[in-house]
Formats: sequence, structure tokens, C-alpha cells
Amino acid sequence: MSDKETMLVQKISDGTVIDHVSAGKSLSVLRLLSNPQNRGVTVALVMNVGSSKMGRKDIVKMEGVELTDEQVQKLALIAPLATVVTIRSFRVTQKKNAVPPKVVTGILNCTSTTCISVKEKESVQSIFSLAGSSPLSYKCKFCGRILSEQEISAQLG
Amino acid sequence: MSRDAWSGKDVLSILDFSRQDLEQLFAVADDFVERPDSVEKSLSDRIVATAFFEPSTRTRLSFSTAAIKLGAKVIDLSPEASSVMKGESLPDTIRMLESYSDLIVMRHPSEGAALLASEVGRVPIVNGGDGSQHHPSQAMLDLFTIKRLKGRIDGLRYAVLGDVRYARSATSFLYGLSKYSPRVVYLVSPEGLRIKSEVKATLDGFNLETQQVEDIEKVLDKVDVVYMTRIQKERFPDPNEYERVKGSYKITKSTLANAKDAIVMHPLPRTGELAYDVDSLPNAAYMEQARMGVPVRMALLHLVLGDRKR
Repeated sequence: MSDKETMLVQKISDGTVIDHVSAGKSLSVLRLLSNPQNRGVTVALVMNVGSSKMGRKDIVKMEGVELTDEQVQKLALIAPLATVVTIRSFRVTQKKNAVPPKVVTGILNCTSTTCISVKEKESVQSIFSLAGSSPLSYKCKFCGRILSEQEISAQLG
Repeated sequence: MSRDAWSGKDVLSILDFSRQDLEQLFAVADDFVERPDSVEKSLSDRIVATAFFEPSTRTRLSFSTAAIKLGAKVIDLSPEASSVMKGESLPDTIRMLESYSDLIVMRHPSEGAALLASEVGRVPIVNGGDGSQHHPSQAMLDLFTIKRLKGRIDGLRYAVLGDVRYARSATSFLYGLSKYSPRVVYLVSPEGLRIKSEVKATLDGFNLETQQVEDIEKVLDKVDVVYMTRIQKERFPDPNEYERVKGSYKITKSTLANAKDAIVMHPLPRTGELAYDVDSLPNAAYMEQARMGVPVRMALLHLVLGDRKR
């Protein structure tokens, strides 16, 4: 982030900054990362700011929260270019790029109405494997249906 | 897969088997056809369960016949008269069936049902058709029939006619062909029933190229095998569209006038797309194809479950 951007929101002492979120996706990122443990934490969103890398981007700051590797992988489903920065005592201690997980279990839903994974009676957990990184796509283990990046974003947004 | 690729394994998709595995199956099936008196009762202490959650004639009966010929006992789950009607889940039904049997042959309307069953059950699951893609034993008997009638599978010219989108027999046949080297594969289907993108991607991965053509008459004199499927009226959002196109995908004696020695295959049942006047032509291979269901399924059961000497 540039100094100009940091002026928009106060610096955090401990927590996580998620940079390079596609413009307009920060609310989806928050929804994806929300869980009972981080209820009540201070969150700042910077939306639609200029980026030399992306044109426009969003930034998410979460005070007192550090993301697990699993959460960073999940994040890649809607923000495949995201950078996750861990802050401790106002210092950057770690920077990670979001990398799409090879297998996604129980998060995405198959769009085929004849797939066994969408039959309510069967209570099957969906399982998708990474089919492509750019653009992002995932393949249903049960029927082979491919979910496109747009479909993934629509499901998680 | 190796020499013992079949023993104790699930049979979910023909894609899971190598060409070598299929040739092994065909060799055993050939033996059953040529030397029916020498069939060993290799399943004499076994129980085979059939569980068909969708109607079936040939698949269910030929699997039952195959099992009985090998000496097995057959038990049948009739979903309409069982706990399935009370809302029992597929995993629970499979767990129950596997405690009564040594192998389960199943059919289900949902894609991935056989895979789910295989993850739940300890006994081998044989997919008798699930969803619109996989019907491995049908594809195996289709290829076996071609091999017997034409002497080879490689180098031939194929036309797959009708519903290439939802007909599991057509998709499985194409998956089976991907293990071989056909000279050309034409797909002849109406716009709404063309090959699914994910199926096309799978075939591309195996370097099986297909060519979409509009009219069967244009390729009939250029093919060795015509593989037909039913075109079901309910697949068309507009019934008028069905009425308009159905005639284009019909094979009659007169359509076959230019077909030379192409064989006509059909997984059956037929509902008008294959005229009865074709039955008397030397091109008609579908009854032989149906007949081959028993030896191929015998070979499959023997290799998966049998106490083998072959």
C-alpha cells in the first residue's frame, strides 16, 4: 500500500491486511472469513482505490485477527490476486499470496441439478478440485461439472 | 492397471480402465462366447445384489443372468417396494446391501451416485449407469461387439447419432473409444443435445477428436459404425422443436441404402428412431450387441469377484 492509501484508514497494531482484493469484492471476503471467533473485531474496508497492478482494488483490515493457512486458501476463491499481510506491533511479520486450494470441500455447490452432491436426501458434502488457475475454475468430484470464476464469485458473494 | 487390475475393484467408469484391461476383459468374454460349455462356476459361493433406482431391462437382466451362469445367487433391491420409498439415503441403502452381498450392481438417476456408493461400501460397486455420463459395462459390450463384428476397434470411422448430451450410453461409448485410435468420430445431434463441454474436455484430454455434423446422410457412406441413441421428447423445451428434428435422426432401410457395410448399433430400447425394417439388413448389429451383454458382464463379474483360473 502507498502512503496515500494508508492515510485513508488508521494503521493497525496487530492483525491482518488483505491487499489486492478485486474491486467490489471486499464484502464477499468479509463474509467468507467471518466466524464466531472474529465476531466484534474492528474491521476497515477500503473500496475501489487506484492500484498500479489492478487498476482498482479493495483492501480489508482486520484488527487482532490472523488468518490460518486454510483461510488464506479459501480467500483465493474470490480474491485470487490477494496478498495477506500479518501485522504484529505495527510491523509486517509475514506476507503471503492467496493460492487457490487444490481441493475445496463443503464450500462450493455443484450447479448440475442431477449431481448426487446436490440431492438433499443424501447429505453429501461437495468436493471440488482445482481445474484452472487463471481464470479460476473448479471441477465437481461427483459429476465433473466445471464451475467458472464468475460462478464461484456468485456463490461466495 | 496391471494384470490383476480387476480383482475386487469398483467399476464406476470406463475411463478408469486401460486399453490393456479392456483387452483382458474381451479375451475372457470371447472365451465365454466361443466355449460356453467350459464356463467355470467361479462365483458359486457368492451373492450379487442388484439395486436399480431407475428402470432397466437389459442391464439388470443381463447382469443377473451373468451372475447366475457363474454360479452366484442374486438378490434384488426393488426401490419402489423398499425403505428407499420411505426416504432412506443412498449411503444407508448401500451399507445395508453390502452386509448381505459380495458385490452390488447399481443404477441411479444422479451423476456420481456410484462413486458415492463406492466410498461408503466395502464390497465392489459396479455402475449400471448413473446420470448422463457413465455406463461402463454398456461401453465395454459395445466395443466388444464392434471387435467381434469388425475384427478391430482402431482405425474405424464412427458416427454417434442422436442425444450426445444426456444419453449415458453415447458418452460412455465415446469415453471407451478414447482408449483406442478411431480414424474419425462424427457426432450427429440436434443443437440442444450436443456434447457437454466437460465431456468434450475429457475427450480432448485423451486426444479423441470429434467432428460435429448436421446430417447423418452426409456421412453414412463414410462410416463403419453408426451408434444410435434415443432422442427423448422431454429433453426439448419446445415440443414443436422435437417434432421438427426427430425425423433427421431416424434410420430406416432406405436411409441405409448408401451405408455399404456400416453396422448399426443401438443400446435399446428404441422408440421410433430405428425402423423395424432395418432388422432384416446385414447392417443391423443391435440384437447381437444386446446378446453380448451377458458374456461381457460375465467376464466383468468373473474378473472382479471370481475365484479365477482363467
